[in-house]
Amino acid sequence: MSAVDQTRTGHRPGTRTGARTAAEIRPVPFSRLTLVEWRKQLDTRAVRWLFVTIALLTAGVVTVTALVGEGDVSFETFVSNTSTPLAMLLPIVAILATTAEWSQRTALTTFTLEPRRGRVVGAKLLTAVGSGLAFFVVAVGIAAVAHLGVVTLRDASPDWGLGAMTAGMALMIVLWMVQGVAFGLALQSTPAAIVVFLAVPTIVGAITMLLTAWSDVWPWLDLSTSSVPLIMGEPLGGTGWAQLATSAAIWVGLPLAVGVRRVQRGEVKTS
Amino acid sequence: MITVEHLTKRYGPVLAVDDVSFTADPGVVTGFLGPNGAGKSTAMRMMCGLTPPTSGTARVLGRPYAALANPGRRVGVLLDASAQHAGRTGRETLTLSALLTGVDRRRVDEVLDVVGLTPAEAGRRVRTYSLGMRQRLGLATALLGDPDVLILDEPANGLDPAGIRWMRDLLRDFAGRGGTVLLSSHLLAEIEQVADRLVVIGRGRVVAEGTKDELLRAAGMVVRSLDDVALAAALRRAGVDVEPGAQGGLAVAADAETVARTAVGAGVLVTELRPADSRGLEELFLELTAADAREEVAA
Repeated sequence: MSAVDQTRTGHRPGTRTGARTAAEIRPVPFSRLTLVEWRKQLDTRAVRWLFVTIALLTAGVVTVTALVGEGDVSFETFVSNTSTPLAMLLPIVAILATTAEWSQRTALTTFTLEPRRGRVVGAKLLTAVGSGLAFFVVAVGIAAVAHLGVVTLRDASPDWGLGAMTAGMALMIVLWMVQGVAFGLALQSTPAAIVVFLAVPTIVGAITMLLTAWSDVWPWLDLSTSSVPLIMGEPLGGTGWAQLATSAAIWVGLPLAVGVRRVQRGEVKTS
Repeated sequence: MITVEHLTKRYGPVLAVDDVSFTADPGVVTGFLGPNGAGKSTAMRMMCGLTPPTSGTARVLGRPYAALANPGRRVGVLLDASAQHAGRTGRETLTLSALLTGVDRRRVDEVLDVVGLTPAEAGRRVRTYSLGMRQRLGLATALLGDPDVLILDEPANGLDPAGIRWMRDLLRDFAGRGGTVLLSSHLLAEIEQVADRLVVIGRGRVVAEGTKDELLRAAGMVVRSLDDVALAAALRRAGVDVEPGAQGGLAVAADAETVARTAVGAGVLVTELRPADSRGLEELFLELTAADAREEVAA
């Protein structure tokens, strides 16, 4: 320790160089804030493990789909298969990137370096959606390789068309990523946000099964119900889109509004 | 320069910070001293725009903190050394702040060197850091943007005596180059080594303020004589507060001249008359804040 302290108590270059003037200091541009938030989203060990899990799940799903049965699987079916693990687990990345500010208490640093809290929230939303779409593109790429595989190795008929199902999946991934950030902001707790994110669809799903008398109402209230046609690639129609909009307003818009308000109004403290 | 005017924060019935006003000037290390729970951290969070005040204002470099453009380049803030992501390395923590504030990446190595974290230590995850290392990393983050002002909450907490000495030199050097330093502590011994000026706070209120000498003067005189009993009686008749000194003699709340005149009037021979030392300051601090100290010690 004493040898270390020798260097520690030595001379200190770089404390207050006075080399720059106030005029050089400009507000932090949103682009830079977004890039830093993106790095923060991806640079932790927890997130890397999530990606390992997603990769393993995706590999498993692709292998089973390709090997079991006739092997005559279309590109879009592969896209649906490779993007499902992503759609389930990637929102947790959005949750972690948001709640870490409180669970790891980095909010103190984040909001002292950028006191305009709304911009931090904006950067988190943008990077969550950005990651969602970027990894969806990766999933589409894996699906292309898988389809090429079954076409060449198992004599499947080439079917490279992508349509409503792919577009629907992309839209839902965006919604789920925003939902992850929204739950994170509203609850400011990693376990709470993850549990709510995973449990709410299950619980609401169980209630929809029990309350069959409400079957006409559920698509308006329950995002899981209203999003089924979208990810199945079925046409939605005017009513379908309206139901998607109302249920998304309840399960994405409302928690986001609560979360933004909580961050804007609230006090940033560590204990 | 930090200007705090009538800063007040109320949590329900509790006034955590009660009409606090003071100025921390450039070139000076200002110590913010008070027992745990006295409102130091709340006041510092308000200075940094993290906690909205109930009333009053806090300005840094003449503006509310939140109105500063790229505040990381103007103000170095360390409010809680433990508030750093446990899963990131020290270097990554600094790199993120450097990227955000637009500081040259080479500055990361510079500040690591300044705070004495080795490259090997910087490559470890913060989870493995001792409190002292976290303080050093937090201080490195605060220094990263080459700021004009430092706001540090309990920065000496967790440092060993050599570390405290190192920090004293660092902060003195920073102030010596015209920087403003505000640092808090609940330990007088820790802060009196570092600070030129003290703002003492107890239960949310400023109870004393001034240079160490000024506060010592307020702490009064220590007097010894051949007849302390007679001298004490004479001083009390003159309306001066007298208490038995901690190590014999009398602790007197008056200036030297008053004590000497009273002794002459009473015909008592004085054998020692001097200002209370930093023990006196310690006693003053305890006295000023004893009534205000919270029963339970906040984390």
